[in-house]
Parts: sequence; C-alpha cells; structure tokens
Amino acid sequence: MSMFSIFNVSSSAVSAQAQRLNVVASNLANVDAVAGPDGKAYKARQVVFQTAPMGSDDAAGVRVSAIQESETPGRKVHDPSNPMADADGYVTHSNVNAVEEMVNMISASRSYQNNVEVMNTAKTLLLKTLQMGQ
Amino acid sequence: MLDKMTNRLDFQGTALLLRAERQRLLASNIANADTPGYVARDMKFAEALSAATGGSQGKGAMSVSQEGRSGDYGTSAPGHIPLPGFSERSTLGYAVQTQPALDNNTVDLDRERAAFMDNAVRYEATLRFINGNAKTMLSAIQGQ
Repeated sequence: MSMFSIFNVSSSAVSAQAQRLNVVASNLANVDAVAGPDGKAYKARQVVFQTAPMGSDDAAGVRVSAIQESETPGRKVHDPSNPMADADGYVTHSNVNAVEEMVNMISASRSYQNNVEVMNTAKTLLLKTLQMGQ
Repeated sequence: MLDKMTNRLDFQGTALLLRAERQRLLASNIANADTPGYVARDMKFAEALSAATGGSQGKGAMSVSQEGRSGDYGTSAPGHIPLPGFSERSTLGYAVQTQPALDNNTVDLDRERAAFMDNAVRYEATLRFINGNAKTMLSAIQGQ
C-alpha cells in the first residue's frame, strides 16, 4: 500500500524538525553562557537538512546530515570583575543570536505542525479506504 | 458481461492509486519544505490517469484529455527507443518556483498544503464513487 510510506516520509520530517527544535533550545539556553564545556565560549549550532530517499524516487524524506557550529566571533563584554575575563578585562560570551533563534524556533514548530497534519490526513484517508464497500 | 460490470471499477481503482501516489508526492514536498536545494515535484493528474488507463476507460466514465505526451516514454519520433525506467515517471514534473529562496528550495508551502487538501478530498470522492458503483452492482445482482 503506497500511502503507508507517507508516514515514513512525514515522520522523518517530524523527527528532523524536533532535532532542530532541540538545537534551538540548546542555543537559547546558552545565549548568555560565558564558558562552554571545553572552557571556551559556547558556539551556536545549526542543523543541516538533507533529502533522504525512501525507496521510490517520488517519496523523499528528510534527515539531519550534520550539526554545524557557527564560526562568528562571540560577543565581547568589558567586565574586569568576571573570573573569565581576559588580560584586557573582556569576557567572551556565546555567539548565539537570540532573535535568529526565535525565528528558527517558530519556523521549526510550524513545519512540525504541517507534517503532523499530513500524517493525520493520511490516516483519515487510509481509514476511509478500509471502510470501502461497507 | 462481467467485464462490462467491472470496467468502471477498474478505472476508478486506477484513479484511486494515482491519487494515493500524488498524496505521497505532496507529503514528500511538505516534509522537505526546509531542505536546502530540494526541488518540489508534482504530477499532471489528467496525463497520468490517461497514461495509466491507456486511454481505454469504459463508456460513461469520465473523459480524460489526451493532449500532451502521454505514454511516449521520452521519445519524440517513432524510431526512438524508449528510455528505460521512463514509463511511469514520465508524468512527474518539477514545480515552478513562485518566490525564489536563497537556499534554492522550490517548495511553496501554501501551494503544497492546498494541493494536499485538494487531493485528499478528491481521494475521498473517488472512494465514494467506488462505493456507489459497488452498491449499484450489488443491487443489480440481487434484483431487489
């Protein structure tokens, strides 16, 4: 039954978008972080989506091919009393752009909703097909 | 005799299969709405249906336009050898970009969602046609 692969396609998209939301959450949580796990300032992460073939060439799912760290320099704040301050008294914060992340979050949640709706519609259609001839 | 009875059902069954396939195609487009470089696909339903039924739908069934390259399998002259793997997919096309995106993604989410809903309704309509046909046949057989 070819309609069943809609669930594969949409669920791959849903999990990819969930991963994107996860990354956004971690970026937003670290927006003011001075030091990351390695002692350096946290770097914003972004997911990279890639089309994943699902059997036939008309069913294309999504997968997260990589998670990239942003290489833009972090915000420098003059705060000599901070223990993480360098010789000149500057503290390097994370390079997360909170506005960008909020936009990213809204986009991810909309895409998530779209794909859930697609699965709901496919489910309704399949149930109707099961009732055929009754 | 039996052939005449099931002819129309065959046509509607093919239509239902194609609707399911288009539904899957649109689901792929919606799933890839954020993938960089993804090119949205769609099918011309009338062409796909006339190619799938070979233009031999039963009498009284919907008339389907025969224009376009239905079933020519990538050939443009009678002497050409048809391309392998070109048979069914020949009706698949690429959606035209309405608003160019920086990441070369051509999915127009509004259009895809509208098409998805439209296709879902038409799928259900085809289901009802099949149900109605089956009921008509059954009551004809029972003669009551």
